[in-house]
Amino acid sequence: MAVTVRIPTPLQRLTNGQGEVACDGTTVAGILEDLERKHPGVRERICDEQGKLRRFVNVFVNEEDIRFLQGDQTSVKDGDEVSIIPAIAGG
Amino acid sequence: MGLTKEEIARYSRQLILPEVGVGGQERLRRASVALIGAGGLGSPAALYLAGSGVGTLGLIDSDEVAASDLHRQLLHATASLGRAKTESGAERLRALNPAVKVRTHRTRLTAENAPELLAGYQLVLDGSDNFPTRYAVNDACVLGGIPLVHGGVVQFRGQVLTVLPRRSACLRCVFPEPPEPGAIPSCREAGVLGPEAGVIGSLMAHEALKLMLGFGTPLADRLLVFDGAASSFRTVPVRRDPACAVCGDHSTIVSLPPASAGGSCVQHSQREW
Repeated sequence: MAVTVRIPTPLQRLTNGQGEVACDGTTVAGILEDLERKHPGVRERICDEQGKLRRFVNVFVNEEDIRFLQGDQTSVKDGDEVSIIPAIAGG
Repeated sequence: MGLTKEEIARYSRQLILPEVGVGGQERLRRASVALIGAGGLGSPAALYLAGSGVGTLGLIDSDEVAASDLHRQLLHATASLGRAKTESGAERLRALNPAVKVRTHRTRLTAENAPELLAGYQLVLDGSDNFPTRYAVNDACVLGGIPLVHGGVVQFRGQVLTVLPRRSACLRCVFPEPPEPGAIPSCREAGVLGPEAGVIGSLMAHEALKLMLGFGTPLADRLLVFDGAASSFRTVPVRRDPACAVCGDHSTIVSLPPASAGGSCVQHSQREW
């Protein structure tokens, strides 16, 4: 088992159209690093140059907002689901 | 006051719902709802709210109808190409339900004009198409105590969030700052399928009716996420952020336009259903 990362539609063109990617890691930061290794270019859409989560993107671990947990140091384990949810403006 | 025979006939299918009834229908008739954007989301939302008998609808939009709108903006028609969306929309809504008062505001909502534009309304639906407007709407609604139903759609993803000012998460609680231009694509850049907008716009109208009629559980502190490719819905819990710039405990946005641009204070008043 690994951690399932749910990829939002606007980023799926960077993950070969996949809406879910299996990643390894023990923290959200580790998961995002693994995601970047597998699909280069994704992380810079989610994190800024300092590696901090961009403020129009939310990351949830099993439906818990990581901003109310330990941020990108929030621990994850096998079987967890990490969702990346960006803001949408279209109407 | 009761309902007229015509109202009873027109609204019969919703009147028989225990959650509506005569009392609920009268509440709808007294209600005034502003729709930011008379486009992809505003179209289904406005049509359903007009059809339901909401007394006053305000359409706020500065655009004209373009051909590329017609695949999803069902409020408009080929015959209205080039016309102001507010006028085209008002005409369509009045044709659907002549009893609805439609106010048109042919203007682009900004942080400067938002408080005045929204002051006469009890509920706001944000179906705009850009981040600056969305954050201005959010801030004005929080500061003005006006419940807000926020909806967005692009490609195959949609989202809906209901904001009960200072009680539930607002847009900034969930997404503290807008992206820089170009970071998140618009419908023009990335595309969208018509029914995607239909789903989200209809959900927005549905939320509005739930709030006005006082039944069910609003999408407050819950962000609804729609994945159109998988046809799946999920809700993720969100919450008011004590550090939120506009509704937090030590908010820095206390008036519009923001203090750095200068501006007058907005009276904070809570409007409850």
